Amino acid sequence: MTTTVEPPAAPPTTGRGANGAFVRAALGRIGRYVFISFVIAFFALPVLWLVSAPFDRAPALRLSVPEFTLRNFEVLLDNPYALRSLGNSVIISLATMAIVLVLAALASYALSRVRIPGRDVLLYSLLLLSSIVTGTAAMVPTFVLITELKLIDTHLAVVLVMAGGLLPAAIFILKDFMDNTPKSYEESARVYGASSLQVLRHVVVPIARPGLATIAVWGVVQVWGNFLVPFILLRSPDNFPAAVVMFTFYTEGGQPNLALISAFSLLFSIPVVLLYLFVNRRYGFRFYGGIKS
Amino acid sequence: MDAAGLGRARASAFVAPALVLIGVFLVFPALWTLYLGVTNWRLTGLAAAEPEFVGLDNYVDALSDDRFLGSLYRTFVFVIGSAIAGQMVLGFIIAWLMRNTTKLIRGLVETLVLIAWILPASVIAWLWLVLLDRRSGTLNAILGTEDTAWLLEYPMQSIIAFNIFNGTAFSMLLFSSALASIPPSQIETAKMSGARTWATLRDVVFPNIRGHILTVLLLVTLWTFNVFAPFLLTGGGPGQETEIFPVLIYRLALQTGELGKGAAFSLIMIIINLAIALIYLRVLRERRQS
Repeated sequence: MTTTVEPPAAPPTTGRGANGAFVRAALGRIGRYVFISFVIAFFALPVLWLVSAPFDRAPALRLSVPEFTLRNFEVLLDNPYALRSLGNSVIISLATMAIVLVLAALASYALSRVRIPGRDVLLYSLLLLSSIVTGTAAMVPTFVLITELKLIDTHLAVVLVMAGGLLPAAIFILKDFMDNTPKSYEESARVYGASSLQVLRHVVVPIARPGLATIAVWGVVQVWGNFLVPFILLRSPDNFPAAVVMFTFYTEGGQPNLALISAFSLLFSIPVVLLYLFVNRRYGFRFYGGIKS
Repeated sequence: MDAAGLGRARASAFVAPALVLIGVFLVFPALWTLYLGVTNWRLTGLAAAEPEFVGLDNYVDALSDDRFLGSLYRTFVFVIGSAIAGQMVLGFIIAWLMRNTTKLIRGLVETLVLIAWILPASVIAWLWLVLLDRRSGTLNAILGTEDTAWLLEYPMQSIIAFNIFNGTAFSMLLFSSALASIPPSQIETAKMSGARTWATLRDVVFPNIRGHILTVLLLVTLWTFNVFAPFLLTGGGPGQETEIFPVLIYRLALQTGELGKGAAFSLIMIIINLAIALIYLRVLRERRQS
């Protein structure tokens, strides 16, 4: 292994000082590579199983070179809950994303164009609220509320709760986008007699598309991986999304069904990895940092 | 100002649907904890039909409740260990070391750390269950520690390692962009004058990225305090050894059915979150001013 930036350590010329510096530099470099190897092992080891076990004829807990097979995916197709749960995940995340997108677009557009009194205070306090009233902190009142509304065990409950939590940040981000779009197009559209909804649909939405796409991807990623909200609000395995159903995959003997779990994990992870690659290509991965949390 | 000709009435109509949803499913639950927390509301039984007002009993009881105090202590250990000593320090060290490596190693390390972040928490939990399994887990195979039940013998260490794995990416990303913003000449000058790494960090690097350090510290603390994923690994057990605060609330309110008490604890949690968030806002304001 070579380094590109660091100059070679001082050659051992004369005197003890130079020699000590050389030894120190060498030790430092060795220590650095040992540490980096440790980091690589720590982050790679758990993930290796995810790419090997799904294709292993006899998937075990222990990491091994797989005897290649696609049979595990047949097991997955045969399991009635597996595909259904992925469908549930798609329904829940797309529905949440759609609600967040439409409501946040309407709200942020209005807030961006009209000076409603107390607008900034409203925006900031909503953002503060959504970051302190997290799913974990609010699980008890949310559960009681959904019970009282008789929405327990419905996808609607999960969608509404998730949308309520995501909306403040979505409005905040989108308003920034809206503030930076030119207003002259809207004025001319209005001169030609377009209604404000028409202006929004035909003028503002096309201009703000990158911002809307961001919110859409962000919303889907947030909901897709969420475990807690569906876990406390849903009862029947038929309704579980993928994140929850994974913890019911046991064999009759009470052992984890590794063929199913490994193939399912891979299938469940692919969409977020693809979305990540999409975002990475468009905006650079540093941007993803902004949308993950 | 009003280029779209919305007018206040129509603008309010545009904002209203979002506010209703936020009001019902975010603001109302938060305020409702104030009421629920002073009742003996239960999931089933008599107190489920007609909850009674119990005043501050839930809060007073909590102060002498070993389970509550124990959970607070465990949460403290978990946050210090996995958020501050773990994610923040490890994230910084990785960002620091990656400045001087080849592009290949840098790409590899950053990709791996990021993958550990973007995968769904449920998948990561399974990967760790497999890694730490007693009979044939990969870790036991590598270390030659046959039959070590990591999740039973070292439960707290296990969920700390799990959370470090899952969350280091954020601080790595933030620190690596912070380090990139330090003028290289400053670091070079320190090196030329013979400063060792530690002295360089202390005198040049840390003062330069003070704001970033505070940001990472507070955000990572807030998120780790609210993380529920360790439940997927240990379920709070063995016994109550990994019963961090979110897991305590879940077990108490939704497994045992003591909703009133759970709500009281939820309010405590929201208040702690609020305190962290307010400190964060203050730090942001100071950074903007300076």
